Amino acid sequence: MKMERVDKELAELRHTFRSGKTRSLAWRETQLKALLDLVHDHQETLFDALHHDLGKHPVESFRDEIGVVKKSATHSLAHLKNWMKPRTGSIPLIFFPASGKIVSEPFGVVLIIGSWNFPISLVLDPLIGAISAGNTVLVKPSELAPLCSSFLLNTIPNYLDPTAIKVVEGGVETSQHLLNQKWDKIFFTGSKAVGRIVLAAAAQHLTPVTLELGGKCPAIVDLTSISSHYDTRIVAKRIVGGKWGPCSGQACIGVDYLLVEEKHAQFLIDLLKKYIRRFYGEHPKESNSICRIVNRRNFERVQRLLKDPAVSASIVAGGFIDEERQFIDPTILLNPPLDSELMTEEIFGPLLPIITLNDIGESIEFINSGPKPLTIYPFTKDEKLKKMIVSETSSGGVTFNDTMVQFLCDSLPFGGVGESGLGRYHGKYSFDTFSHEKAVMERGFYPELEPRYPPWNSFKLKFIQLAYNFDYFGLGLLLMGLKKH
Amino acid sequence: MIILSLLPTSNRCSVTVPAVLWEEEEKKKKKQPQTVTFGSNEASSMVKQLRQSFKSGKTKSYQWRVSQLKGIAKMVEERESDIVQALYQDLSKPPLEAFVAEISMAKSSCREAIEGLQDWMKPEKAKTGISTYPSTAEIVSDPLGVVLVISTWNFPFLLSIDPVIGAIAAGNAVVLKPSEIAPATSALLSKLVKDYLDDSAVKVVEGAIPETSALLDQQWDKILYTGSARVGRIVMAAAAKHLTPVVLELGGKCPAVVDSNVNLEVAVRRIIAGKWQCNNGQACIGVDYIITTKDFAPKLIEGLRKGIEEFFGKDPMESKDISRIVSPAQFKRLVGLLDEDNVSDKLVLGGRRDSTRLKIDPTIVLDPPQESQIMQEEIFGPLLPIVTVGNLKESFEVINSKPKPLAAYLFTEDEQLKQDFVENVPSGGMSINDTILHVTVHTMPFGGVGESGMGSYHGKFSFDAFSHKKSVLYRSFSGDASLRYPPYTPKKQMVMKGLMNGGLPGMLLALLGWSSHNSGTKS
Repeated sequence: MKMERVDKELAELRHTFRSGKTRSLAWRETQLKALLDLVHDHQETLFDALHHDLGKHPVESFRDEIGVVKKSATHSLAHLKNWMKPRTGSIPLIFFPASGKIVSEPFGVVLIIGSWNFPISLVLDPLIGAISAGNTVLVKPSELAPLCSSFLLNTIPNYLDPTAIKVVEGGVETSQHLLNQKWDKIFFTGSKAVGRIVLAAAAQHLTPVTLELGGKCPAIVDLTSISSHYDTRIVAKRIVGGKWGPCSGQACIGVDYLLVEEKHAQFLIDLLKKYIRRFYGEHPKESNSICRIVNRRNFERVQRLLKDPAVSASIVAGGFIDEERQFIDPTILLNPPLDSELMTEEIFGPLLPIITLNDIGESIEFINSGPKPLTIYPFTKDEKLKKMIVSETSSGGVTFNDTMVQFLCDSLPFGGVGESGLGRYHGKYSFDTFSHEKAVMERGFYPELEPRYPPWNSFKLKFIQLAYNFDYFGLGLLLMGLKKH
Repeated sequence: MIILSLLPTSNRCSVTVPAVLWEEEEKKKKKQPQTVTFGSNEASSMVKQLRQSFKSGKTKSYQWRVSQLKGIAKMVEERESDIVQALYQDLSKPPLEAFVAEISMAKSSCREAIEGLQDWMKPEKAKTGISTYPSTAEIVSDPLGVVLVISTWNFPFLLSIDPVIGAIAAGNAVVLKPSEIAPATSALLSKLVKDYLDDSAVKVVEGAIPETSALLDQQWDKILYTGSARVGRIVMAAAAKHLTPVVLELGGKCPAVVDSNVNLEVAVRRIIAGKWQCNNGQACIGVDYIITTKDFAPKLIEGLRKGIEEFFGKDPMESKDISRIVSPAQFKRLVGLLDEDNVSDKLVLGGRRDSTRLKIDPTIVLDPPQESQIMQEEIFGPLLPIVTVGNLKESFEVINSKPKPLAAYLFTEDEQLKQDFVENVPSGGMSINDTILHVTVHTMPFGGVGESGMGSYHGKFSFDAFSHKKSVLYRSFSGDASLRYPPYTPKKQMVMKGLMNGGLPGMLLALLGWSSHNSGTKS
């Protein structure tokens, strides 16, 4: 896309925002409803595009992309009027008569940069937040999911207000050009490395930023506290579902690696293998229920993680690679070297390392030795361990005894900390992340507090001292001449 | 110890204090040991040590946090006169202004944190819905770790200690870098923090650009910076390397729009309080310029003239109730703004200046050109431009043509105008019919937007600014739906659509096979 055209689009977005049209509840609701229509009308096209770009099955597409967008838009529509209302800030009596309120105002012109693994929802979900908050928006979908990107480019203008919501396609050059412009807010989903670039570019214009990054999300499996037949099966299902279910391991909140006690390792491996077979069949390559690696570059990157002989020697399940189809089997590794690239970099692929410990309590120190992850997935019934994990580790979030589902919970802020990200969204947090909260205090002209003003004397000093302590009784005495000053 | 040799001469405090005090300063410095440079190595080992302190878990405990906050409260209580003296030395700040603007605010901030901490530290329960049923959820406040607070010179005590209170309340280890342009306060803070607080987790680094750069090279878990937009960019760019979140408290041109239907006497006093009583205009939330109607301007000017005389006497330069300009560099800059062509002839009040005492009269200029420096840059001094318009609604355009300010003020009794102002003028915060006060109310966040800053603090917002709000979801083992898992049969597809489109009823219908064949019903 030509850069001059990009500049023109940006200028129009500014102009539209200045006109004030995006401020009204009516406009915002119209856009959200139109977005719901868009995904409803084009559901099949979206299934096809996601299947083409990532090999995603329609159920996965619905669950992780279309369904998420529908849920978010519906939630926003139901609550937007309330969210837009100012919040009251209580004012101390000393300022009487006065009122305080916190007013949410849109930042202005917003840039949303999407990622390729959930190319629809990771663009439209933030878009819902930006629209709800009353901004104009420019969306840059990921070029690594080309059919989804062109779908958005071609379809959004038919449903949403084209003067206020625009799509720009392109690769690195386009992104760089966009990042050099002045935005009122940037929302980025992607890798740490690019996150740094985005933040540095934003610094030039003092633009506030939300970065949804990633990290190595560990699952802690405490099979000492989970022993029933039924429960252990649930654990295995949820882990398999949380590893290969979302885009075959290519998800920021996917399970990256697993920690388990040495004595339970084999049992767990067997269970995981069983469910991999049940979900994906004897030859997962043939299954239509698992995504493929997104492109050659990422395929080679993941393949390279297995090249280290010490790593490949630790494979205990899977390992099959189809170069032509860019497919890698769901693969489990047992105790690969901790200094291997597999264990130091975010895997973002279908490889699941299992690290064994003597005692499950060691998992806390293990996790704390690395950067803060986006999510920690402890599977345990031990209440003491639960408390320790929550208080002694830090991560974007923690989900106990399940994987992935926190993403669906609109009342929980979703975001990272440290290297896993900055800022958060979902539900009202999306609205807030695209708003500036303005404190507004209103006063009357009467009564007027003389002691505020010079020339100063000891009476005024005493008055102010009492006022700052909210010592209304003392103030009364002072005013009646019954207090020394 | 301040490395004076690296500062441009204009920033040295020598010219800014009476000669006698200056000689005493020199004598003191000669007695003190050699300056130790604080460079990259020193910064890195300090951060390492603080990380160890943080890892040990001591700063996370409620007891530690409260003990430190009580230490700060004690410090402010016991050393109030030292603090006031340092503020007078750095800024000629009148003791009452020091008390009102800095000491009292610090005290109340501390008290607020001590009283609120137990509640603030409690996890917040969060609702969970059908999509994660059955589950419970909460939001837990985690300290971020090791944080950096970079302070500024105009309220050098408050703007140092207030963010530190927030950082400690949230359970972090913290380094404070006070401003070298207020050297007496900087030195005092360094001493007081050592005397009253836990040196293994709360540190002060004095210095100027080299020391600040060395600190900014390190990896912090959060940085709170108060100062100019120019340096704000540098801080954020340095933070970007480590993906460090920042709070930037910057500034801007804070306008006051004045309607003719107000109680002039009260309005004038409040404007004076928000301009010359606020560190003599050297405040990020001070009134920078006024907008009023052509008709009302003469009355307003006359009102201001009377008020200034009432507060500061016939010769404001002799008044003890007004601060001086902080340094010769700032003085020179301000005189430059005033003496610019097309501005100097718009003078309607004041204009006198005294470079030895670093004083400038409360000065008003009427309708300087919009392109003049005084209307383009943040004034940060005792000069007050008044811009006139035909109709007050035009004031919105004037304000919105400039970067978003930290605060905006409106004086009016017109309810519609108030509403329009709140809705159409973006700013960090606002006061209607008063100035400054909205930032003293800690139930409301204090922060900027656009060029005036990002993030906010004060009260519980300080605690939140220095915390990570961690979502914790507790799921049980019951109620596991096989439809979650592959292989994805058509039946599973239908049920899932039912659930997402129509909630529980939708899902039940789908389970019974009653969902429509098309792509689901509209919600």
